[in-house]
Amino acid sequence: MNGAANHNHPMGTHMKQTTVGGDSMEDVFLKPLGGGGGGRLFKLWMTGLILVAGWGLYCYIRQLYYGLGTTAMGNYVSWGLYISSFVFIVGISHSGTLVSAILRVTNADWRRPITRSAELLTVASLMFGGLMPVIDMGRADRAPFLIIFGRIQSPLLWDVICITTYLTGSSLFLFLPMIPDMALCRDRLGATSAPWRRWLYRTLSLGWQDTAANWARLERCMKIMTVIIMPIAVSVHTVIGYIFAMTLRPGWNSTIFGPYFVAGALYSGAAAVVITMAAFRKAYHLEKYITLVHFNNMGKIVLALTIIYAYFNINEYAVPAYKMESAEGYLLRDLFSGGYATVFWILQFGTVMLPAVVLSFTKGRTPVVGSIACLVIVLGAWVKRYVIVVPTLLHPYLPVQGVPYSWSHYFPNWVEFSITLGALAGIMIFLTLFSKLFPIGSVWEIREGEEIDRRNLLLNEMTAKEHAQTAVSAEAQP
Amino acid sequence: MESNRRTFLKIASIAGAAAGLKGVTSAFSSPTSDTAEKQKKAAAAEQIRVLTQDGKLVCVPTSEVTDVSEPRITVSNLEARAGIAGKKFVMVFDLSKCDGCGKCTQACQKMHFTPPDREWIKVFKMQDSETTAPYWFPKPCFHCDNPPCTKVCPVNATFKRQDGIVLIDNTRCIGCRFCIAACPYSSRFFNWTRPVESDAEKNIPYSPERGFPRRVGTTEKCDFCADMIRAGSMPHCVSACPMDAIYFGDENENAVTNHAGETVSMSALLEDNAGYKYMEELGTKPRVYYLPPKNRKFPKPETNKKAEGMT
Repeated sequence: MNGAANHNHPMGTHMKQTTVGGDSMEDVFLKPLGGGGGGRLFKLWMTGLILVAGWGLYCYIRQLYYGLGTTAMGNYVSWGLYISSFVFIVGISHSGTLVSAILRVTNADWRRPITRSAELLTVASLMFGGLMPVIDMGRADRAPFLIIFGRIQSPLLWDVICITTYLTGSSLFLFLPMIPDMALCRDRLGATSAPWRRWLYRTLSLGWQDTAANWARLERCMKIMTVIIMPIAVSVHTVIGYIFAMTLRPGWNSTIFGPYFVAGALYSGAAAVVITMAAFRKAYHLEKYITLVHFNNMGKIVLALTIIYAYFNINEYAVPAYKMESAEGYLLRDLFSGGYATVFWILQFGTVMLPAVVLSFTKGRTPVVGSIACLVIVLGAWVKRYVIVVPTLLHPYLPVQGVPYSWSHYFPNWVEFSITLGALAGIMIFLTLFSKLFPIGSVWEIREGEEIDRRNLLLNEMTAKEHAQTAVSAEAQP
Repeated sequence: MESNRRTFLKIASIAGAAAGLKGVTSAFSSPTSDTAEKQKKAAAAEQIRVLTQDGKLVCVPTSEVTDVSEPRITVSNLEARAGIAGKKFVMVFDLSKCDGCGKCTQACQKMHFTPPDREWIKVFKMQDSETTAPYWFPKPCFHCDNPPCTKVCPVNATFKRQDGIVLIDNTRCIGCRFCIAACPYSSRFFNWTRPVESDAEKNIPYSPERGFPRRVGTTEKCDFCADMIRAGSMPHCVSACPMDAIYFGDENENAVTNHAGETVSMSALLEDNAGYKYMEELGTKPRVYYLPPKNRKFPKPETNKKAEGMT
């Protein structure tokens, strides 16, 4: 970032030249924007997603009409798949901040081709993750009450505030570095693309003119946003953890839930970035730009976060397990050796420890193996949220007596699965459409990276020459 | 006390009929286009003569008449939220008298038109450990003084009143069920489906003080029969208990009364019988007290070594 700030203007002029001459890197990233129907595979993919999302929407309308009784939830398990998925999907949204903001702040140059897709994943998952509590509401028609009668003392209001702030912030964070690329699209695709596309790029480029003033302003905004977005992201999953931790329920009544949830969010979010990265790389043939280096580096990040998450798990379960306080012990027995034992141990060893072992090896951080390991992590994170939410509700302080079987047991029914999968399909649709409208890598930043590489190379050569000269002159001295 | 109560009920039934009437007239005067037609049709239907509160004899269609055998005072939402000034209601359960008959639950469900799947007051069979004696444990809402449920409500739909009662306004509730998750005593229930309204319930206006007519997607729970208290009578579970095990009263007056009409000093009752609050260690400060199950005059519940919740 600092490098770019010092060379704003030359960068800009360079870009202008390439817009005339044409360039392979730009071509690769602008190619998916070419319009047209897309391939058969694309059509099949979109049709499938739209069907899943449409079915989910139908189920939701049905649920609105008949009430939440269409789900498998009852008075004991009053939060089920929707709230678990809410925690999971919003967790995924921490990816963008992590990869993009942290790598920007630390000046990690390899970040350039993957920041856009990571930021995009944040916005997409946050939009649909934020919908999950609304889907879970018994009276969605009264959602405005949250603003009209909102009580700031309620952790739910903290969530509303943090998530809307994060959605606004991450949208800006996604959009800001897109502005020069929008100008590029405006200038490069102007003649060939449809009028609405031209309008879109012209509007979104905000009259970008490639001047030094433009670059300086963008750089300044980016710096501010990069710093601001990190505490906001941390606040989001902290207050989601607080929803549970602010109650007196065994299993939730924990002081580490804030950081524990943030760690879980980062671990699953970073893994989701790897999967997204692999998918876009494959779909748009970006092998030259999203390279083994990216998978290797991201794999290391995921590994570190997995280990942190495992550490939190040990704290969360081992400390109360040592004491086995009555109500807490009752729940822990069910998790360790009761009805949830199989799932619990598969999660701990299969989706935390195993991926950590795999990612420890260089061969485990390749695109294929790394992506599979990350997929396991993401699915595991989802089930883990479920195992945090549901068993606690099944183990209240007072015994569960004389209630229908369906109340003392819970497994999500088809309505809940349909609606949740519909939301996930919504994320995929958003990601796909975005990638067809806008460059999926930040073209100007990648170029900037290439520039820096070239400069470094030149600098190395020059210093090498200087060294050689001084050596020669030193030899000539005596 | 007993005779007082009977005369009161008589008066109340008349007042109740009048309250029913009020609902009827307001329904008729609603300015919709086809009201007049409907009114004629209704007039043609079967009629009944009713004496109003001010002594007038009037005719109303039988279909519009609600059988109100208990007083039903409907106050404004604001009044319902404020509560009754100067009162601090408490309930005391004498576990040594409770034989687990479940009459309290039945009466409560009847009075509140509760679907059979939820019990605002529920009788648990408890056994604290393998070697201790089992006992019956009736549990309403504890109307905590430090209520975990009202704390987390995002829209102030559930609230604590000055008289200690915790109520829910189902015209405000957004159905997030945070309060259900937050209540450590499993005292809250949700209207998962569209409620089926009985004929009797239909014409009773809604008030947070009575919790019905229900609305889909909202929470409900024991309300200490707030509308009945306002009318000066006992909550239904208290007056239905054949063992006289439930006392209800006002902490400020330091007096609690059971179904038999025994009015005793609350502090003395708690002191003499080592009264306690259930799970006080959570810091919720319940307004419901228990007297331990000693010297029981009836068979205790069967020992159930596998009872859930046994620690």
